[in-house]
Amino acid sequence: MQVPRMIAGVVLLAACSSARPAAVPTSAPATPPASNDAVKASTEAVAFPSTYAPRPSRTTLIRNATILTAAGPTIQNGSLLMQDGKVVAVGASINAPAGAEIIDAAGKWVTPGIIDTHSHMGVYSAPGIAALQDGNEMTNPVTAEVWAEHSVWPHDPQFALALAGGITTAQLLPGSGNLIGGRGVTVKNVPARTVQEMKFPNAPYGLKMACGENPKRVYGGRGRAPSTSMGNMAGYRAAWIRAAKYRDDMAKWEKEGSDPAKRPMRDLQLETLALALDSEILIQNHCYRADEMVQMIDLAREFGYKIKSFHHAVEAYKVRDYLAKEDICASMWSDWWGFKLEAYDGIQENIPLVHEAGACAVVHSDDAQGIQRLNQEAAKAWTAGRKAGINLTRDDVIKWITINAAKALGIEKSTGSLEPGKMADVVIWSGDPFSVYTKAEKVFIDGALIYDRNDPRHQPKSDFMLGITPEVVR
Amino acid sequence: MIRFTFSRAAVALTLVAALSNGASAQQQPVAITNARIHTVSGPVIERGTLVMQNGRITAVGANVTAPAGARIIDAAGKTVTPGLLDSSTGLGTVEIGADAPSNDQSSSTDRITAALNPLDNLNPFATAIPVTRVEGITRAVVAPNPGASFIAGQGLLIDLGSLNANVSVTRNPIAMYAVLGEQGAERTGGTRATNLLRLREVLQDTRDYATNRNAFDAGSRRDYALSRLDLEALIPVVRGEVPLAVTVNRASDILNALRLGREMNIKLILQGAAEGWMVAREIAAAKVPVVTNPLGNIPTFDALGITFENAARLHEAGVTLAIASFDTHNSRNLKQNAGHAVAYGLPHDAALRAVTLTPAQIWGVADRYGSLETGKDADVVIWSGDPFELTTTVDHVFIRGVEMPTETRQQKLLERYRSAVTFD
Repeated sequence: MQVPRMIAGVVLLAACSSARPAAVPTSAPATPPASNDAVKASTEAVAFPSTYAPRPSRTTLIRNATILTAAGPTIQNGSLLMQDGKVVAVGASINAPAGAEIIDAAGKWVTPGIIDTHSHMGVYSAPGIAALQDGNEMTNPVTAEVWAEHSVWPHDPQFALALAGGITTAQLLPGSGNLIGGRGVTVKNVPARTVQEMKFPNAPYGLKMACGENPKRVYGGRGRAPSTSMGNMAGYRAAWIRAAKYRDDMAKWEKEGSDPAKRPMRDLQLETLALALDSEILIQNHCYRADEMVQMIDLAREFGYKIKSFHHAVEAYKVRDYLAKEDICASMWSDWWGFKLEAYDGIQENIPLVHEAGACAVVHSDDAQGIQRLNQEAAKAWTAGRKAGINLTRDDVIKWITINAAKALGIEKSTGSLEPGKMADVVIWSGDPFSVYTKAEKVFIDGALIYDRNDPRHQPKSDFMLGITPEVVR
Repeated sequence: MIRFTFSRAAVALTLVAALSNGASAQQQPVAITNARIHTVSGPVIERGTLVMQNGRITAVGANVTAPAGARIIDAAGKTVTPGLLDSSTGLGTVEIGADAPSNDQSSSTDRITAALNPLDNLNPFATAIPVTRVEGITRAVVAPNPGASFIAGQGLLIDLGSLNANVSVTRNPIAMYAVLGEQGAERTGGTRATNLLRLREVLQDTRDYATNRNAFDAGSRRDYALSRLDLEALIPVVRGEVPLAVTVNRASDILNALRLGREMNIKLILQGAAEGWMVAREIAAAKVPVVTNPLGNIPTFDALGITFENAARLHEAGVTLAIASFDTHNSRNLKQNAGHAVAYGLPHDAALRAVTLTPAQIWGVADRYGSLETGKDADVVIWSGDPFELTTTVDHVFIRGVEMPTETRQQKLLERYRSAVTFD
């Protein structure tokens, strides 16, 4: 049983936020960025490449289902055809090709595979002992040089548990103890021996940044910078200044003939930061407070980069106009609040309000339990919104855990909705996915049946779980 | 004589709190009509009426007439249940979790604090209380978290209807809280055996003290492992009057706890019991109740066998079961926890009972609360539908007959930002 969420006692500063938002300034980078081509060329494109291969799949037709496509209106009594790992057709009536496996899904619901933009599976693995605390390289406030995938333990039993909750894709992120915590990696949730076997092919990397209480607590507690919110900002700015210099030095070297003898020494930290400057790597920014999110937007403007998604964004509702205007996703919880001062103003209507403003609303977990029921978390937010007069449909709500999440990870062209040509990442649910009583029954990844609640042959179990729990206890 | 001073002080404290209940008294009778009523103690009434007067339920049934002058609430299409009881929270003792000065739920002292009572921590104006009660939870166990000591102190049961600075106590104390398993071991020298050794020592010292107070006062008794106040607080435990609520998860640790309970002849409550399903028969035979959160399945070395089906399997084996959130700010998710247990095999009526009547029985207040029966406190919730369903909303919450305000800090934030932002 979990003990209630407890965070070590820390000294916090009071916040005061009662001012209403002013007009949103228009966005324009201060200076046109130099070319990053040289940095890109200097990185080893093949470093730690994905070796993911779709599992063998059969041509499969799901029939008679209620289908939430995340791309259009609900299809009643609909069919979905998967072939060669792709969605081939979705609609009211589809003929089965010869030899196709046919699944009668009468009474069941079908959605795209669920995507979590914020997970620490593999980096904070179960069973949660000290040997598995691999998520936060808290030895320097800027550790852009570390890659979460180098911590990922593929035998973390949490992957299989999330799969049973319909999760087909997740971004595995470093923690938020640092200002810039390192690269995150997006994976397909398949059982594997190595993280490379899980890496989502061609998905962009994420760069984890963190606002607010965590970095200043971690480092301030050690008597070093940052110990304040202004120290946090100075830390990001110093890092971006060095990154821009690295990019410029590399560009200059290339312009001057790319003489190998004169090449600036490769710097892993600055390389990642330089690539993030022009969105080769997507900024995933842990940030709770509204005013701090706007500080981060201004910081991005100062250095000419783009924030892809704020994470946690407990006060996103206060600056939802900024998020819409800047086209920044907000990855949020449905109802977490109060565990820190920066989470004190959390309201259950946060997600629907962000959605209503036209911004990209995402339900994320940051939690080994929550990732198993993102559909339920979305349902709670939907209900709170309805009570506040924000009338959304299931077709809106499903986007929070599928296509919008895919957008936040830069993979929306390949997955996140049920449209012809996309990866056949699909969940068949026992009923309405927004009911507490509904469970994922079958989960397909690239058209292959990876999980089946009613068939033990399709219930992956990590090496760790073998032989440690009795199969039958009386 | 010192002991009497303390005992009287403790009794007086409880009485004062009980007499100065915070909630205002019910003025007008209320009749809820045409509702689907889950009485919990009896069958569901499909189209019934429930009457509340002077803070009590005065009638419930299919053929009940509203008294003259009553406020009538037509609840056609709605569902009525008792207010829910969360059997483990820090409500009223935590404002900001990470802010030590505003968080009184756990102490950093490593001394045994059996005499600690959260009543001294309680603030009925804590913002989490209205946030919780507008979601249909009307009673809550307030328990200390284990700090550095393996015996954290006592818990009490409050209602969430206090609208002034007085805590509205239902019963105090209801249990003594201790930790076993990994959590106990790390607080008592690193092993499970030292943990049990310390617990035995404490209980035996208490027994000795209880029968040799005069010798203790005269300085002619051996030293004890804990202080006088803590010994006093543990006397009701060794007499079997107050249960020892032990957090314990591994099956072997649960069996150790049951054995210790028999050996010491004390009443036990198991908290957590993640691997309880593996020893469900033994738990049922020992007639020891379990308080658990069914929403857990991440394995640890303290509970490799943890499963979503724990609650259902315990129930099936005949174990007395209460469902709790083990949370404070999100105690409101108790409903989701119960629904989740249903999704994994617990019958719906058993799940509702696990957040109403069963915990009322476990905590010794079932004569006043826990079901919709004539004479019981009028803690009543009107829901738009199934209380556990995620799309259900709460229409009305009554605590002891008084309708609770819908105002919360979160509601005020929503109102401020609902339309204040201008969009292009």
